[in-house]
Amino acid sequence: MTDHRLEVEDLHSWYGESHILHGASFHVNRGEVVTLLGRNGAGKTTMMRTLMGVVRQRKGKAVLDGTDLLATPPHRVAKLGLGYVPEERGIFSSLTVAENLVLPPIVKPGGMSIEDIHKLFPNLKGRDRTIGTRLSGGEQQMLAIARILRTGADFILLDEPTEGLAPVIVDDIARALGTLRSMGLTIILVEQNTRFATNCADRHYVMDQGRIVDEFSNDALRADISKIDAYLGV
Amino acid sequence: MPDIFGVPMVVLLGQIMLGLINGSFYAVLSLGLAIIFGMLNVINFAHGALYMMGAFVTWILLSTVGINYWTALFVAPMIVGLFGIVIERLALRHLYKVDHLYSLLFTFGMALALEGLFRYIYGSAGKPYPVPEQLAGVFKLGFMILPVYRAWVIVAAVIVCVAVWLVIEKTRLGAWLRAATENPSLVTAFGINVPLMLTLTYGFCVGLAGFAGVLAAPIYQVSPGMGSNLIIVVFAVVVIGGLGSIGGSILTGLSLGVIEGLTKTFYPSASTIVIFVVMAIVLIIRPAGLFGREA
Repeated sequence: MTDHRLEVEDLHSWYGESHILHGASFHVNRGEVVTLLGRNGAGKTTMMRTLMGVVRQRKGKAVLDGTDLLATPPHRVAKLGLGYVPEERGIFSSLTVAENLVLPPIVKPGGMSIEDIHKLFPNLKGRDRTIGTRLSGGEQQMLAIARILRTGADFILLDEPTEGLAPVIVDDIARALGTLRSMGLTIILVEQNTRFATNCADRHYVMDQGRIVDEFSNDALRADISKIDAYLGV
Repeated sequence: MPDIFGVPMVVLLGQIMLGLINGSFYAVLSLGLAIIFGMLNVINFAHGALYMMGAFVTWILLSTVGINYWTALFVAPMIVGLFGIVIERLALRHLYKVDHLYSLLFTFGMALALEGLFRYIYGSAGKPYPVPEQLAGVFKLGFMILPVYRAWVIVAAVIVCVAVWLVIEKTRLGAWLRAATENPSLVTAFGINVPLMLTLTYGFCVGLAGFAGVLAAPIYQVSPGMGSNLIIVVFAVVVIGGLGSIGGSILTGLSLGVIEGLTKTFYPSASTIVIFVVMAIVLIIRPAGLFGREA
C-alpha cells in the first residue's frame, strides 16, 4: 500500500451561492511535492482554502493522516501539521518581521530555529524590527514560508510563491523549496509558472472548473511540457 | 501664590488635577472601547452602562454582604467581565458578520435595558460609597490639597492603561490580537482560536469598564445614569484619538480631561462642549483621528 498522507475524494465547496470545487479527487504521498496547475479561476486557491477550513461550506472527503479535515474545526487544522502560505502572503502590517515570524504557534516538534531560518533566507536576517509589509515582495514571501517552517508543520500548502517576483528571487525560493523537500516535508504547490513547477515537483495535477482533470509525473511533463499547454490555454 | 491670566495658581492647579481625574476615567473607558472596536468591529454603546454596573456591583457588595473596596476592585470587574462574556456568546457574536449598525443598536439597547433595570430596582438617586479608610485623608502639596483617593485613581488608571498597552504592543498574545484584527481567517489557519479570543477580549475590556466603575464609586454618586453622562464624552475621546488606536486613546483621554479642566478655569461656560469642539477640529484636519492610521 502506498503511503498516502492526504486523500481528497469528490470534494465540493462553495463561497456563499457560488459552487467552486465540483468534486475534486487527488492524493498526496508522504514526502512528495505535488503541484496544482490550471488557469485562473480553476479552483486551485479554493482547494487550499477548503483544506485549511478557511472556506467552511464544503462536502465530500478530505483526510489527512487518518483525520477527517472536514470534521476538524478551522483552528485545529494547523495542529495536524498543515501549514498554510497564502497567495497574498498574509504578512501583517501591524506586526514587525520578528513578530510575524513567531506569530503561528508551534504545532509539532522539529520545526526550524530562527538561526536555521536566517541561513535559509539570509534576506530576513537583521530585519527583526522592520514592519512586515515594508519588506519587498520576495522578502515577504520568504517570511511567509519561514514562519510556517518554524512551527514544525510537515505538510505545507504553498499558494503561488513566485507570483510577481523577479527571476533572481524565484531562484531563491526554488532553492528553499529544494531544501524543504530534502528535509522530507510534504508540499502542495499551486503554481502558474510551469518551468518553476517542473523544477520543484514530483507530480502534477491539472485543475479545471473545480475538478482535477489530469495527472502527470514530473518526468512525463518535463519530456513534453506542451502537454500542459492545452489546459492552460497558452 | 501667583495668578495666571488673573486666575489664582491654586485654582488652576486644582482644576488641572480634577481634569486629570476625569481624564483617567476617559482613558480607561476609551481604551476598552478602542480595543473592542479594533478587534470585534463593534461600537460598544453599552460601555457606559457596564461602567455603571461596575460601580453598582461595588456598592451592592458592600451594602449587602459587606465585601470591602479592595476585594471589590477585583471581584466587580470580574462579575462585569463575565456578564460581558455571556452577552458576547449569546448575542454579540452573531452580529459580527452584518453591518456595524446592528451591534451598535444592540449595545445601545443593552445600555438602556441595564440602566432601566438598575433604576427600577434601586431608584434614580445616587448612592454614596465611602472612601476606603486606607485612602482617606489628603496630601498637602503646598500649592494645593489633594485627596489621597483622587491621587490613587490617577495612579491606578495610569498603571492599568500602561499594562494593557504593553500587553498589546509587546507580547505574543498582543501580536495575536493585532494580527487577528487584520486577518482573522489566516490567524485561525495558524491554529489560533479566534472566536474564543474575541469573547475573552470583550470580557476583558468590559471588565475594564467595570474597574473604572469601582474607581468611580467613592468619587461620584453611584447612580443608574452615571454611565450615560460619561459615555458620549468617551466616544468623542475615542474619535479624537483615532478609532482602534490603543496608545492614542490613553493619551487623548488624559489630555482631554486636562483641557476640560483648563476650560473650566478660564471660560467655565464652554467646559461642557470643549471636547466636542476639539473633536470637530480634529475631524476636519485629521479625519482618522490624532493617532489613527489613514485608511
